[in-house]
Amino acid sequence: MSRDNTIDVPLGAHPDRLGGLSEGDKTDHFVAPFEHGISFDELPDAPPKARFRFSLTGWIGAIIVAFWLFIAVFGSFIAPYGENDLPFPDDYSEFQTPRAGALLGTDVEDRDILSRIIYGAGRTIGISFAATLLAYVLGVVLGIGAAVSGPKVDMAMSRINDAFLSLPTIMLGLVVVAAIGSSIPVLICTAGLIYATVVFRLARALGQEIMVMDFVEAAKARGEGRWWIITREIWPNAAMPLITDFGLRLIYVILFISSLSFLGLGVQPPQADWGSMVRENLGALQYGESIIPVLAPAMAIATLTVAINLVVDDVSAQAGGRLSKRL
Amino acid sequence: MTGLILRRLGIGLVTVLAVSLIIFFGTKILPGDAAQIRLGQEATPENVAALREKLGLDKPYWAQYLIWLKNFMTGNLGISLASDVPITNLIADRYKNTVIVSCLTALIGVPISLMLGIMAAMFPGSLYDRVLTFVSVSLVAAPEFFTATLLVLLFVFALDIGNAVVVGSTDGKGFFELIAHFALPIATLSFVIASQLIRMSRAAVLNVMSSPYIEMAILKGVPRRRIIFRHALLNAIGPIVNVVALNLAYLVTGVIVVEVYFAYPGLATLIVQGVQSRDFVLIQGLGMIFCLTYVVLMLIADIAAFASNPRLRHPK
Repeated sequence: MSRDNTIDVPLGAHPDRLGGLSEGDKTDHFVAPFEHGISFDELPDAPPKARFRFSLTGWIGAIIVAFWLFIAVFGSFIAPYGENDLPFPDDYSEFQTPRAGALLGTDVEDRDILSRIIYGAGRTIGISFAATLLAYVLGVVLGIGAAVSGPKVDMAMSRINDAFLSLPTIMLGLVVVAAIGSSIPVLICTAGLIYATVVFRLARALGQEIMVMDFVEAAKARGEGRWWIITREIWPNAAMPLITDFGLRLIYVILFISSLSFLGLGVQPPQADWGSMVRENLGALQYGESIIPVLAPAMAIATLTVAINLVVDDVSAQAGGRLSKRL
Repeated sequence: MTGLILRRLGIGLVTVLAVSLIIFFGTKILPGDAAQIRLGQEATPENVAALREKLGLDKPYWAQYLIWLKNFMTGNLGISLASDVPITNLIADRYKNTVIVSCLTALIGVPISLMLGIMAAMFPGSLYDRVLTFVSVSLVAAPEFFTATLLVLLFVFALDIGNAVVVGSTDGKGFFELIAHFALPIATLSFVIASQLIRMSRAAVLNVMSSPYIEMAILKGVPRRRIIFRHALLNAIGPIVNVVALNLAYLVTGVIVVEVYFAYPGLATLIVQGVQSRDFVLIQGLGMIFCLTYVVLMLIADIAAFASNPRLRHPK
């Protein structure tokens, strides 16, 4: 298991103790609402409503994520310059310090760093989101498919998946980029396929766990079709852990894409992307000129991924923290 | 027990074969062939055909694969397409930096993080624990180059110690000189693995701490320190060794980014160059080395996990 494949354990309490029974769950009998006008929720022993509340750190995370999403969507309207415009066309010195007209200074090719970060937001977040979505579509369909198929199909699919899982993600990325070159569709498909392996494992484990539950047995005994069982019995029960995991996977995909771009093998210049901005401007550090051209894009990635992590931590703690136990 | 280990080793071997297939055929879909690339555009078709025969490129793919695998196992990694030099020579100049940085990170980063993690588990909920958890939750999601930039900001720009680039040769340097030489790369990688190690070792100890026999010890009035070191830690060793091996495997990835960031020659920068120049003989050889290291460490993690658990060692 690499760093990429771990599921966050909400710390601070033993997993068994999270997700325990709450007060309302403790009755083991069910009182039917005989009288009209009383809904199930109003009964004294109804389970507590699933109401979601962020903690303070969750709020901070959510606000930062919302901020970056806003920038990603409306970036081209708020950026002071174009992606490759020069704020000071007559000034040829590299890495100018922040000043009026270029609030974060300029980069190795005299472009405005703030504008490039704003444009990079859309690209970095867009590529990562598309890749994670692809990973989920593939992973969930194949994973739940493997869980409901016979043992032979399941075995074959899992073994192939394990072989890919046992490779460092960055190596797989390097081999693909070496073979077919790097472009945005290639990046999305590569990251999507690589992370589909992790989603496959989670979806299969969840599917198998739910497959043996009584209500699925009952549906089978009723003679329901496979599709009905997947959509009506398995999916509603697997959705919550998968959605929490989506956030985590998004973090790892952002880090993966940024690392590839940082190595010069991801998004290609002159397009702005946070990872490639770090690489382009490394010279600023190496000649000891300024740290902002490197710090700013690195900080952009870090604030986004850490904020997503804060939200995910909060959600999975409230969802009962059982996610970790399922793997 | 031996049966289980043998089975794991068998699975490991199958994984390695699968990995070699992925790497070999993954790079085979590359357009162009090795003979043409090495001889250049002006080469006559006869020359290309002759070299193809010499390199075995006229044979079917599966035969090429078997030859490549045999060569790899006997230490013959082929000749680089980009520079016409045997891959083994390219590696010989560079492997030291990669190995030194990884080993020093393991030697320094692992014990410190484990200590911090176990201390956090000793005082759960304390200010120390909460600060440490918050810092590690934040760092675990941040990219390596962010950590590296913060370190450069602190040491190079604020304190004016050292360089943002690793320069000079490691020849003849002693242990402490080497640490000083690679201080920033080692510190960066240590922070990255520490964020995982602290969280997971803390969780491993706390997990054991909530088992009934510890509760029994607490009720007996055994001092907290003694409970942790004599009762809890021994049972947490398995999961901790597992976590350590997993994180060392992670170094395989981290070291690539760090070598590029601090601009010193190593195996990782070599493979990135290989990808840029589409030198797939180099990618095959180095890719196999990286993946093998990774698979072996994962295998150790796996074996450690059940070797330390008597219930798994002696199945009923």
